[in-house]
Amino acid sequence: MKLIIESVSENESFARTAVAAYITRLDPTLEELADVKTAVSEAVTNSIIHGYSKNKGEIEIECRLDGSEVTIVVTDKGVGISDIEKAMEPLYTTKPEWERSGMGFAFMEAFMDQLEVTSEPGKGTCVLMKKRIGKEQDMK
Amino acid sequence: MEGTCEKLHYELRGNCLVIYITDDLDHHAVTYLRDYSDRLIEVGNIRHIIFDFSHVGFMDSSGIGLIMGRYKRVMFLGGKAAVTNVGEVVNRIFGLSGLYQIIEKYDTVDEAIEGLQKKHWEGAKKS
Repeated sequence: MKLIIESVSENESFARTAVAAYITRLDPTLEELADVKTAVSEAVTNSIIHGYSKNKGEIEIECRLDGSEVTIVVTDKGVGISDIEKAMEPLYTTKPEWERSGMGFAFMEAFMDQLEVTSEPGKGTCVLMKKRIGKEQDMK
Repeated sequence: MEGTCEKLHYELRGNCLVIYITDDLDHHAVTYLRDYSDRLIEVGNIRHIIFDFSHVGFMDSSGIGLIMGRYKRVMFLGGKAAVTNVGEVVNRIFGLSGLYQIIEKYDTVDEAIEGLQKKHWEGAKKS
């Protein structure tokens, strides 16, 4: 599934709802659905606020399933991140005046099984997340 | 004083501003809610602020920024902030963020109003 959206905040809820609908075939629990929706919302919001800031651009959201694992890739062609390690530190934000909490990447990490961020200043950022759905049922 | 708009319903109970959020709490909603709540804080004779989550099914880290920002505002007025009717999904996010270290959680709005005012009087007696 590939979705291309314009970088406006109105699209945040559409993006996470579309991804949630895509993974329903894996029969996720309510908690898993909430996890994925939050992670997608964080990634897309980052692209809008930081990647494109006051400019507009396109954000691509790609999802694929591999057995019970979902891979979600959120890509923008925005300003990029010069220091990814710093950007991923909890509570670190470059937009405190906008009351950003600096918890975006921490939530993506907490709610997904895997998170990889690649970025090139001036070119854009790519966030890859993976999560296995149905882990809780397996344990029963 | 009370009113309703697109993403919230509010009422003033004593010196407590109660904001019932009625939409998903993401970056888009927060930009609106922030300006609206700040205007209410400015016009009213407000000490404490309570955010009610009965109608919030989704929240991301933008919600943390909203609550923290309003907490800082009422803190300067000598007040406190509380959250009520927090569902499981939102509760996990609050827990992870460490928000409960500075903001109180109550089951209902009535309990929050009582709790915030009681603590306020106890604080006043001590000082």
